Amino acid sequence: MFYREAGDFKTSYVDDNQTFPIKFDRYRYYVVLVAAFAVIPFLLNDYWVNAVFLPFLIYSIAAIGLNILVGYCGQVSLGTGGFMAVGAYACYKLMVAFPEISIFFHVIISGGITALVCVLFGLPSLRIKGFYLAVATLAAQFFLVWLFNRVGWFYNYSASGQINAPERTVFGIAVTGAQNPPWSAYLFCLVFTVACAIIARNLTRGMAGRKWMAIRDMDIAAEIIGVNPLKAKLTAFAVSGFFVGISGALFFSVYLGAVEVGEAFGINKSFLVLFMVIIGGLGSIFGSFAGAAFLVLLPVLLKNVLVGGLGWPTDLAAHLEFMIVGSLIIVFLIAEPHGLAQLWRVAKEKLRLWPFPH
Amino acid sequence: MNDMSAETTVTADGRKIGGVVMEMKNITLRFGGVVAIKDISFDIREGEIRAIIGPNGAGKSSMLNVISGFYHPQEGEVWYKGQKRPPMKPYQVAQQGIARTFQNIALFEGMSVLDNVMTGRIRQMKTGLLAQALWKGRAEAEEVENRAAVEKIIDFLEIQHIRKTPVSRLPYGLKKRVELARALAAEPSILLLDEPMAGMNVEEKEDMSRFILDVNDEFGTTIALIEHDMGVVMDLSDRVVVMDYGKKIGDGTPDEVRSNQAVIDAYLGVAHD
Ligand SMILES: Nc1ncnc2c1ncn2[C@@H]1O[C@H](COP(=O)(O)OP(=O)(O)OP(=O)(O)O)[C@@H](O)[C@H]1O
Ligand SMILES: [Mg+2]
Repeated sequence: MFYREAGDFKTSYVDDNQTFPIKFDRYRYYVVLVAAFAVIPFLLNDYWVNAVFLPFLIYSIAAIGLNILVGYCGQVSLGTGGFMAVGAYACYKLMVAFPEISIFFHVIISGGITALVCVLFGLPSLRIKGFYLAVATLAAQFFLVWLFNRVGWFYNYSASGQINAPERTVFGIAVTGAQNPPWSAYLFCLVFTVACAIIARNLTRGMAGRKWMAIRDMDIAAEIIGVNPLKAKLTAFAVSGFFVGISGALFFSVYLGAVEVGEAFGINKSFLVLFMVIIGGLGSIFGSFAGAAFLVLLPVLLKNVLVGGLGWPTDLAAHLEFMIVGSLIIVFLIAEPHGLAQLWRVAKEKLRLWPFPH
Repeated sequence: MNDMSAETTVTADGRKIGGVVMEMKNITLRFGGVVAIKDISFDIREGEIRAIIGPNGAGKSSMLNVISGFYHPQEGEVWYKGQKRPPMKPYQVAQQGIARTFQNIALFEGMSVLDNVMTGRIRQMKTGLLAQALWKGRAEAEEVENRAAVEKIIDFLEIQHIRKTPVSRLPYGLKKRVELARALAAEPSILLLDEPMAGMNVEEKEDMSRFILDVNDEFGTTIALIEHDMGVVMDLSDRVVVMDYGKKIGDGTPDEVRSNQAVIDAYLGVAHD
């Protein structure tokens, strides 16, 4: 019975506003942070970084971004892939044009550019909702992929039509390119993931988050009590775009290194991130991580166990993955829209009272 | 009573009622062929409790929606604090200090009671997005300051015990109270209440009446309320507007209105021609 809040009274509103109001949660959070920054980098090899850690960290950022838009503000988007592409191509152009500036800033500026593009495509949300908005963002998805495919300026007229990340260093250590050690790419992404999560948490626990949720829950009432719907929706698109853009930039520059837009940022990507948000939990930062972890780990697990362990053919394992993900989406949408995050919360609630449930 | 007088009057129970804060002038509101409000004028004076009564479909909620900026009348003018109000969006009206509750509860179901009430503080919380993203410093200080103000209202309305409860889990009567808390959190100059006691039992009605009187008394908030229960209206209000089929058929103190023949006819269901 060591997970508890009894005797852990709050004496100020600052304490009550903490991200982890229960001491045990707070310690666990610090332990995870220390492990992530100081322990994991020493244990990493290429396989783990590329199969698990980089995709997890990068998709987490994208999922947080999409969750702000869909889970917090209630504006459905199927354009995540396209917006990640904006981040990726912005980053590519910046890396090539300003090699003397740190890639760190390139990634941030790519997020900013994506935020602007996202706001532009978010404008229809002022007039249309739900299904129609989803279709409009789907149009953005196809338009953006088409644009990056067709307009040579974006890929510097390379013969293959691909973009390739040149080697860039942070503190003298390569984080992009073919020669980077696995831990440097990992740490570089980790910094962004942690920063994005903290920013998202701060925004969602304050007035910005409440305005978004008010719009989500009842937009007319929100407007009548003083929420400017235009501003609230567009800030959600901007913040969401910022995060999604950063994840796109990292996905291209640090993770893949070379990108063909239709392959890396097609409609599949939009759905993948949306599924992460749904499975993880709409309206939860923790859920964004849980969803990303789940959908990154599932194929790795299936492959290792079924293909590696039991000798199944690869395509059969892949089909099984589709079936599992598909049925989970349905289960979560119907039974638990707050996803894994809610299951976790319920489990904690039980644990908090254990062993005396009354 | 001289309606347009600007000087302060004192009621029997010692509350001060000031000059006119809001004046509706010849408001006409149509929905296609339906005339919801027909050439109605009335005013609301500072510090008073002004009731709007009338049978179903009389146009009472439509009138509040005009004041909130949610409906835009085809004819007429709205004057607020001595100035003619240009056509405004609802959120701009709210920013001017007009808060309200709804006939069908309009709480944010996915949020806790505390968060719902905190949204009422939009007018007071101005920190930019960047400062909020950093949290430490200005955003946190503002949050704490406004939380303290909200906690006072939560205490006042006796909903401390459900502070962290998701609104969707509350029974109807408590939801009504949380909605009042959210409106009060704005520290409005005018509070509009659309049937605050509809669907409540006697005990809940008594509680709500007490809260409304206390709000008016302690904070000096001007209140315009719609209510069907005549007993409640007569007890609470200083002046009453009576509407029927979009027209104003009476206006005055509860006693004046009660003895008005047109009002009696409307409430007794005398056939209209
Ligand atoms: N948005 C709208 N579109 C069309 N007609 C409307 C609209 N809102 C109100 N009306 C009509 O205007 C008239 C007045 O409605 P309103 O809701 O203001 O009445 P009310 O006095 O509040 O009645 P109740 O006591 O039932 O709440 C009704 O005939 C109603 O059908
Ligand atoms: Mg009504």
